[in-house]
Amino acid sequence: MPVRLRKAALPYLLLLPGLGWLLLFFAIPLVYMALESLKTGTIDTGFQLTWEFSNYTNALRDYDEQFVRSFEYAGLATLVALLIGYPLAYVIAFRGGRWRNALLLMVIVPFFVTYLIRTLSWETILSDSGIVVSTLQSIGVVSEGGRLLDTTVSVVAGITYNFLPFMILPLYASLERIDPRMLEAGYDLYGRRRDVFLRVTLPLSMPGVVAGVLLTFIPAAGDFINAQLLGTPKQFMIGNVIQSRYLVVADYPTAAALSFLLMAFMLIIVIIWARIAGTEALLGTEEERA
Amino acid sequence: MTAALRKRGLDWLLNVYGLLALIYLLLPIAVIIVFSFNNPTGRFNFIWQEFSLDAWTHPFAVQGVGDALRTSIEIAALSTLIATALGTLTALALVRYEFKGRSPVNFFIFIPLATPEVVLGAALLSQFLNWGTPALGFTTILIAHVMFNLSFVVITVRSRLIGFDRSLEEAAQDLGATPWQTFRLVTLPLIMPGVLSAALLAFALSIDDFVITNFNSGSTITFPLFIWGAARVAIQPQIYVIATMIFLVTVAAMIVTVWQQRRADRMAAVRPEEPELALEPAPA
Repeated sequence: MPVRLRKAALPYLLLLPGLGWLLLFFAIPLVYMALESLKTGTIDTGFQLTWEFSNYTNALRDYDEQFVRSFEYAGLATLVALLIGYPLAYVIAFRGGRWRNALLLMVIVPFFVTYLIRTLSWETILSDSGIVVSTLQSIGVVSEGGRLLDTTVSVVAGITYNFLPFMILPLYASLERIDPRMLEAGYDLYGRRRDVFLRVTLPLSMPGVVAGVLLTFIPAAGDFINAQLLGTPKQFMIGNVIQSRYLVVADYPTAAALSFLLMAFMLIIVIIWARIAGTEALLGTEEERA
Repeated sequence: MTAALRKRGLDWLLNVYGLLALIYLLLPIAVIIVFSFNNPTGRFNFIWQEFSLDAWTHPFAVQGVGDALRTSIEIAALSTLIATALGTLTALALVRYEFKGRSPVNFFIFIPLATPEVVLGAALLSQFLNWGTPALGFTTILIAHVMFNLSFVVITVRSRLIGFDRSLEEAAQDLGATPWQTFRLVTLPLIMPGVLSAALLAFALSIDDFVITNFNSGSTITFPLFIWGAARVAIQPQIYVIATMIFLVTVAAMIVTVWQQRRADRMAAVRPEEPELALEPAPA
């Protein structure tokens, strides 16, 4: 009997430390932040819990521009990442041969350089006197005296770059799993290349597309580093506002309200995306995870 | 004929596109390595002036960068250790046992991964501000890093545990091994590659983290925080030198891990003859 009891308790004992840590430093902080978002006051007079729900409507009214911009930039960056990432993942999966692992390593190599430094590197590349700007000026894409840095282009390019591996890895994982015989069957049935791709390869790689889009979009929408380093306040996203409200202005209630609004919008977008992309694609990845 | 030609052309185009994408991924890293040898004239290292080894011979000449790097390494090492230990136990519980509440726990572990970093950092700051203790600094950064590393460790170890052949453990138990002996001599060595890659991932995430650290650091400065401060004032080539060093160390660690994992997989494939898996003589 005690042995059976011990056996029954064992999984809970194993879970306790890790789960406890997450409860204490992830779940409970969200409760504190929720309370914070309903307070009034200033850093000098202190904040009192007054159940001030108007903090949310005020935050939304004051920063609607940054919210819209965050989702625009994140959506654009996700789309570009998909357009760059899908062909690359396809080439690695179907043409990589024995170089597959080496090529995959190259895809994640950017992660081995500190995030901020990668972004500073883009600042170097896109700087006004750099080679990219002068080349684009000479062929007339960028006007004389025009610039790339501190524009929407540089911020979206930075976001795309920084989260591109998140797009490529799940795409590769789903493409690599496709049985080549499926494609052969397609060709044997006189399918043209385009048909085989559209009717066999693409549908089979959908779980990768769904996962890649989510893994890219979520961190991109909350990002503030690219807008800070590669943009100006005109490109600031909601992350910039949350960061400065918390750490510069010490306006905790607004910052907390903005954080929850960001989470809520993110959740809504994810649910809509799951609807559009088809739940089986999402559930498929869930099953494979489980 | 034309169809074959078109197919060849398309193949070629696709390969070129892939190559361009790879160049796009690697270009900024090349720039960092090249510019670590620059001798810039202004405060910022954005324009190529002349080749110089100065920064490489004096990598820690910039005030405070050495301390920041040491703090980062200490926090990364400690948070990796704690997160890997706790995460491995959690993964074991989730894969090996049927228990009430397993799927909610599974779901709960994934939420931090789907939460924007800004929100994770801000929420934790709200809590520390309300508690008033511990004071913002080394301890709070460490707590935060273990928090965001845990979910990553659980997923990584879990994926290794799922492909695990349980009959090996049963064999050990049949031969009289105690549960602890079974764990230490059979389970742990077999999941070790998964645990190692989880640890490597945790270390890399920790040493690179800026957003969450920024919220919970108080006046403590890690390497990414140092760069953030420097980005507004002056960026010396030394920063690029240290980034290059971190890059090289990470690549080396990655290659060793991949190599070890392959070896472990090969070992698992030839399991029956593998002497290293032999158990200590079972107590009669």
